[in-house]
Amino acid sequence: MNILSVRGVSRTFSSEGRAPTVALQATDLDVAENDFITILGPSGCGKSTLLRIVAGLDQQSSGEVLLDGKRITGPGPDRGMVFQSYTLFPWLTVLENVCFGLRERNLPRAEQLDIANAFIQKVGLRGFESHFPKQLSGGMQQRTALARALANNPRMLLMDEPFGALDHQTRELMQELLLGIWEAERKTVLFVTHDIDEAVFMGSRVMVMSARPGRIKLDRAVPMPHPRSYSVKTTPTFMDIKAELTEQVRMEVIAAQRANG
Amino acid sequence: MRPLTPVTPSARVALGISFFVVFVTVWSIATFGGFVSKTFLADPVMMVKSGYTLLAEMGFAKDIGMTVWRVVGGFLLAALLALPLGVMMGAYKPIEAFFEPFISFARYLPASAFIPLLILWAGIGEAQKLAVIFIGSFFQLVLMIAVVVGNTRRDLVEAAYTLGATDASLVKRVLIPGAAPEIAEILRMVLGWAWTYVIVAELIGASSGIGHMITDSQALLATDQIIFGIIVIGLIGLASDMLFKFANRKFFPWAALGK
Repeated sequence: MNILSVRGVSRTFSSEGRAPTVALQATDLDVAENDFITILGPSGCGKSTLLRIVAGLDQQSSGEVLLDGKRITGPGPDRGMVFQSYTLFPWLTVLENVCFGLRERNLPRAEQLDIANAFIQKVGLRGFESHFPKQLSGGMQQRTALARALANNPRMLLMDEPFGALDHQTRELMQELLLGIWEAERKTVLFVTHDIDEAVFMGSRVMVMSARPGRIKLDRAVPMPHPRSYSVKTTPTFMDIKAELTEQVRMEVIAAQRANG
Repeated sequence: MRPLTPVTPSARVALGISFFVVFVTVWSIATFGGFVSKTFLADPVMMVKSGYTLLAEMGFAKDIGMTVWRVVGGFLLAALLALPLGVMMGAYKPIEAFFEPFISFARYLPASAFIPLLILWAGIGEAQKLAVIFIGSFFQLVLMIAVVVGNTRRDLVEAAYTLGATDASLVKRVLIPGAAPEIAEILRMVLGWAWTYVIVAELIGASSGIGHMITDSQALLATDQIIFGIIVIGLIGLASDMLFKFANRKFFPWAALGK
């Protein structure tokens, strides 16, 4: 059963006095319940644009996006988002940040705290409830952002290179954490990245996007069983898929560089 | 000494106090040394003595009270109206487009130039003083608050929407709390300006207040009293400034983090 359908969605940016730029060509994408889809592509290929359109933060120029058969017209709590930049509210503690969406739904305070504490525990931030975001490391801030998005119990989790600003080791731990949560909660995830290891390790399907103007040029299933541990990164299956995707992405990066002169 | 390297808190206090010492020393040398005529500049000791006389015998405390009341009254009035308008202008662009050009014009109208007009309209009573301070601070406050609110990080706004925030709760739970420390800073700054306006208003037409005492003293060539009045204004300004800074640190502990 499809939870999300992207049908012929394109995005053209027009600015005065210049030729309009096609960021995203008409794109189709179907996401099934419990899918973990990673979208891989060179920078500027429109992968973030696609995600932002699904989030309702950007408007498509043509086509439509359906969530559970209903057309998306704007952002909403049914699609939780984790951004690449640190978007915790700096004036709220970790606990209050996680409660933000729950308070918006006017849940009783006791219930808010129960839910928030459960997710703070899941992302391993117990003991940091009353810290302000500026007192946390980048990895801890992104874990809080993940807990904040999950606490809303969204239909889908949209992630826009959420670990992009973290160092390599922290990023690998975050991938395992997210994968563990996904395996336990069985959320549907749409995850944008330019890191091939990340895309293969977490994804049940990897979409490779072409250079601008972007389109999905490859839909590659990742036939590795769950739960996955970090050790799958050294298995032949992982290596093969990685080699294949590296080749595909590389072609696009070269194409993108040619296009930019 | 290297650029941007911080000093220890104790060294900071010591350095700050030493300039006051230098200032008073230079003043003492100029007056006790006979370099400046006593008619034009009183010496520090005389200033303190006449200050005591003013307070103890001439009811100067009441003047100080009047001036503080006027500043606080006019400023609170301006702040109470400027806050909602500034926030609305920062949040909603059509409202900003409607008011901004006029307020940008109005803030350059010198508040002190309104005094003669205000005396005609409101006499030399309290309404006139409050009006001067209001005109001097309201337009500045509105514009600066609107800019701060309008500069809210867009990614925080987007995050709030993806968490289910409505437009109204975005204003209430993101725009206002995010801008609050900077708004408090603006209030602190504009309050300083309000002190200038009140004294000007009192110099021109008043029967009480620090400014009124200063004009009276001028007629008597009592430079010691004038200087004492000026120093009192400075001290009150300093105290209110410290109070604001203290309150900001207490109410917005997160804003001082990581700076």
